[in-house]
Amino acid sequence: MFSVEFQAYGYFAVTVFMTVALYAYIYHLYKNRKDADGHDYEEYSNMALHDGIEDTPVNSLPKDDKK
Amino acid sequence: MENRPLEYDYTVAKMFMLTTIALGIVGMLIGVILAFELAFPGINTILGSGLAEFTNFSRLRPLHTDSVIFGFTVSGIFATWYYVGQRVLKVSMAESSLLMFLGKLQFWLYVITVAAVVVSLLAGETTSKEYAEFEWPIDIAIVVVWVLFGVNMFGLIGLRREKSLYISVWYYIATFLGIAMLYLFNNMEVPTWLATSAAGETHIGDWFHSVSMYAGTNDALVQWWYGHNAVAFGFTVPIVAMIYYFLPKESGQAIYSYKLSLLSFWGLMFVYLWAGGHHLLYSTVPDWVQTMGSIFSVVLILPSWGSAINMLLTMKGEWQQVAASPLIKFMVLGSTFYMFSTLEGPIQAIKSVNAIAHFTDWIVGHVHDGVLGWVGFMIMAALYHMAPRVFKREIYSKSLMASQFWIQTLGVVLYFTSMWIAGITQGMMWRAHDEFGNLAYSFIDTVTVLHPYYAIRGVGGLLYLTGFLMFAYNIYKTMTAGKRLDSEPANASPMGA
Repeated sequence: MFSVEFQAYGYFAVTVFMTVALYAYIYHLYKNRKDADGHDYEEYSNMALHDGIEDTPVNSLPKDDKK
Repeated sequence: MENRPLEYDYTVAKMFMLTTIALGIVGMLIGVILAFELAFPGINTILGSGLAEFTNFSRLRPLHTDSVIFGFTVSGIFATWYYVGQRVLKVSMAESSLLMFLGKLQFWLYVITVAAVVVSLLAGETTSKEYAEFEWPIDIAIVVVWVLFGVNMFGLIGLRREKSLYISVWYYIATFLGIAMLYLFNNMEVPTWLATSAAGETHIGDWFHSVSMYAGTNDALVQWWYGHNAVAFGFTVPIVAMIYYFLPKESGQAIYSYKLSLLSFWGLMFVYLWAGGHHLLYSTVPDWVQTMGSIFSVVLILPSWGSAINMLLTMKGEWQQVAASPLIKFMVLGSTFYMFSTLEGPIQAIKSVNAIAHFTDWIVGHVHDGVLGWVGFMIMAALYHMAPRVFKREIYSKSLMASQFWIQTLGVVLYFTSMWIAGITQGMMWRAHDEFGNLAYSFIDTVTVLHPYYAIRGVGGLLYLTGFLMFAYNIYKTMTAGKRLDSEPANASPMGA
């Protein structure tokens, strides 16, 4: 019985935590606008629009010696 | 080494385009046969009573569902991954002979597995779990195919030039992880030869036969956790991956809000996994599981609509493209059907609505407006967009594509409206009773009333199949007779008259 009750409280707590985390993430995205690399999130749409193999990446890997 | 410029290599994508179309025809054809069998039961024995075993509804039904899910849709996921993956990561399959080999291996193993599925299901060998009917040797083969897919996906990601992963890649990764987890846990099974006497006429003790490791209510819980999330990670997540790439690319418009795409992603991941309990309302599972299923289903509207609205807003100020291009029409209507279907599902998951809807044709209608209107439209649109880039030829016929669009749209509308009416009629008739609690109708009364709607559903399905054959023909002609292109089109796909 105890473990079932514990499960229920645990479930509730996890739900609350994940909801808060999700809203915090939304707040973070809209407040900062840019990610840790300094790119505006909206620039990443260009990954689909400029997707030729010779196009410049939005965010190149540091050691791009493959070309 | 030749001094040729590096190009994307679509060999594996082309192979899976072929199975997408072939298995789509198989799955939809069987679906149409099944629809007419329900309307006109004589069709169950159309090839005579000797072959009735192979033509009756119950034998063919899993072949329909499995060829649409694991054949058409999964092939579409593979085909688009081997196209989109290279492009947004800016790395060619030609750069790694290992990945190319594994991709081809994945394809051929997939084809062998499909053949084993078709033969075993036609022979009536099944584990009797819905959408998980395959016996254990086939399950193992499917796991190997899936692992090869994963190795290829992460292999390509490992070789990429673009550091950041485009939103579609997130969705493809979620598809891979989600299906892997669901498939493994739901298909935990015990081969019966370990536990029973020698195989008799029933095949119960045959080496390839197995039963679920779970029993009773637990089995139902795991089954619908799987069943509903197969919809999540088979029919939603990878299709969202496709639209996030193909709609912006075809229209030349940046995603309306990239940030919204990110938070919709996490919202969907967080919420979807808990919604499966709505398949078990009013059953023997704990009440809190049922309530949780209902609530999470309603919350699910938010992330679903987040993606769908994001796609519609991507077309902001560009609606003339919807009028001008049948290819954009497919995607915009697909996105609209996604919104529609993800509103309808939560409504059905509300307990009081479910009391009428459960076990009725309304549920069948819901599945089909999602799969025909959203999954089918989006996969066909993706293949249409890919065709000129992959075959380096113009799409054969724009007018054929436009006719296909309208024929299929009419088909979907006939399908879901007839099933709404049939389902709600059924639900109301089953519940109707007199003042003493005696049921007002017997089961056959409902069957008689539903007959015309079943016939309309058959016609709707037939129209959709007709459109799909037009699609197959258009792609075939593109491959063989389309006007050759000198350079790759940047956005709008070129189409012949």
